[in-house]
Amino acid sequence: MARRQIYMDHNATTPLHPEVKKALREGMELYGNPSSLHSFGRKARHMIEESRGKVASFINADPEEVIFVGSGSEANNTVLSMLMCPSKVCSCGNADMAGREIITTSIEHPCIMRTSECLQDRGVPIKYLSVDQYGKIDFEELAGAITGRTGLVSVMMANNEIGTVQDIKETSRIVREKGVLFHTDAVQAAGKMPVDVRELDVDFLTLSGHKIYGPKGIGALYVRKGTPFCPLIRGGHQEQGRRAGTENTLGIVGMGKAVEARGKEMNTESKRHLQMKRALKEGLAGSIPDIRFNGHPTDSLANTLNMSFKGAEGEAILLYLDEAGVAVSTGSACASGSLDPSHVLIATGVPVEQAHGSIRVSLGRGNTMKDIDYLLEVFPPIIKKIRDMSSAYKRES
Amino acid sequence: MEKERNEWVYTEKVKDHFLNPRNILEDEQSYEDDGKGIVGNIKCGDRMMMVIKVDKDKNVITDCRWKTYGCASAIASTSALSEMVIGMPLEEAYHISPKDVTAQLGGLPEHKIHCSVLGDKALRAAINDYYQRNGMPEKVQKEEARIICQCMNVTDHEIEDAVLDGARNYYELQERTKLGTVCGQCKDEAIELLEKYKKKHFGEA
Repeated sequence: MARRQIYMDHNATTPLHPEVKKALREGMELYGNPSSLHSFGRKARHMIEESRGKVASFINADPEEVIFVGSGSEANNTVLSMLMCPSKVCSCGNADMAGREIITTSIEHPCIMRTSECLQDRGVPIKYLSVDQYGKIDFEELAGAITGRTGLVSVMMANNEIGTVQDIKETSRIVREKGVLFHTDAVQAAGKMPVDVRELDVDFLTLSGHKIYGPKGIGALYVRKGTPFCPLIRGGHQEQGRRAGTENTLGIVGMGKAVEARGKEMNTESKRHLQMKRALKEGLAGSIPDIRFNGHPTDSLANTLNMSFKGAEGEAILLYLDEAGVAVSTGSACASGSLDPSHVLIATGVPVEQAHGSIRVSLGRGNTMKDIDYLLEVFPPIIKKIRDMSSAYKRES
Repeated sequence: MEKERNEWVYTEKVKDHFLNPRNILEDEQSYEDDGKGIVGNIKCGDRMMMVIKVDKDKNVITDCRWKTYGCASAIASTSALSEMVIGMPLEEAYHISPKDVTAQLGGLPEHKIHCSVLGDKALRAAINDYYQRNGMPEKVQKEEARIICQCMNVTDHEIEDAVLDGARNYYELQERTKLGTVCGQCKDEAIELLEKYKKKHFGEA
């Protein structure tokens, strides 16, 4: 068996697209401060605005509605933190956002969960929507949760761990009908499925560069024209005063190129990934007993497959797969250094012991059906080996 | 840091024991053990079983087999422990601590120490089981928990677990166990135990 190196952890991060690499190499020559009036500065400014145009067109927004930030996490922190801004001088102060309630879900990314907890400590009430066994929110629960005190609703478009995709258009309709602002974290959805801010009708939307074959350390926040806003990072006129700090010119150039490439590749790639995912799912279901697939069977990212194995612990599976050359991730507590397994799996009702034994495979543009064949070859013996030494697995014989 | 050195979170010894585990209990049905211990709970992510055979004249462990449900460090530490105790007198084996096992493995990342503590507990349970079966109940050293915080009902065992789980000061101990959050009378004793367990498991003063 030839040893291979296969990366199947694209929801964690992606390699740079070859065109992004090329753009970055050229962009390295741009050292002028984009705020400077001389030709060096103007060149950098031009590149930034060109990228902003590309990101805007990628999500069907106007360029002035796109703010470049340091990461998806920063974008999400920016949106949520508006709820504790006491300032009357920024537009959120005028909108009387401070101290209003936030409604979010129990399966958001940690940057939403932790920020919510922190805001709660500072007096912002938070409500968490439950999800069903597939990770979908309930529209009736949402409608019932919104009150006169609600200032913002934040629901992620696609879940990073289980891949479940929410109906954001309907979610936004319910929220906006009640006159409440709506944010969606589209970090995992973008680049894997169409994201159109006009069609979705959202007020805020979060994007990240490194999940779509762009550089790390760059993200973007869509803010609908006329929506109340206050910056998280203050002290400069950059990004129309909405995000201070000299622009990450190179990161922005890379992100612009990344969305451009995604726009061309996304549709055919999704179809390919869906075929590969089906083959993997069927192959594993046929060769490994006591396997459980997590997430929604159809409303799910084409590249994401999450599964749990009875009697086998996730970190052990991950490290054996790593030895076989395959990189995946796990929702096991042991791998994260905490004692609690994935909050997403627990929220969808996966038993704790099975959440400890979960593995996420997330495909990317470089993966082929040959990789799936290889994984199908190495996976079953690994599970067998772990179960043979497991005190929590009895083989049916 | 360690990752950068050898591209693995764990030492080469941990890796070796994880990839090539020794002394797995392969045929549970036909293995005639002299003592058996099961500890842990799969809900917490760890469950270990250890069985031993004993030379009854010499009081020496002649064989040790195991099964474990857990992460790489749990698997590696059980495997390493099983190698350590074969040929060892019962008395000596009884007093092996997680620190001894960790040393045998060349160290573990601090947040993984708690994954390795079940092995020696399972071994002690197996030895106690042997004593019980062979009419030596007086040798069984009961590890009875002592309540330190009366208000929140926190025992010395829980304090030890919290230290293994990463608590390094009184505040972190409180965060994990909620001890001393009502009347606060147990603070001095809790700090004393905190220092004791830090020293026992991590050699810190």
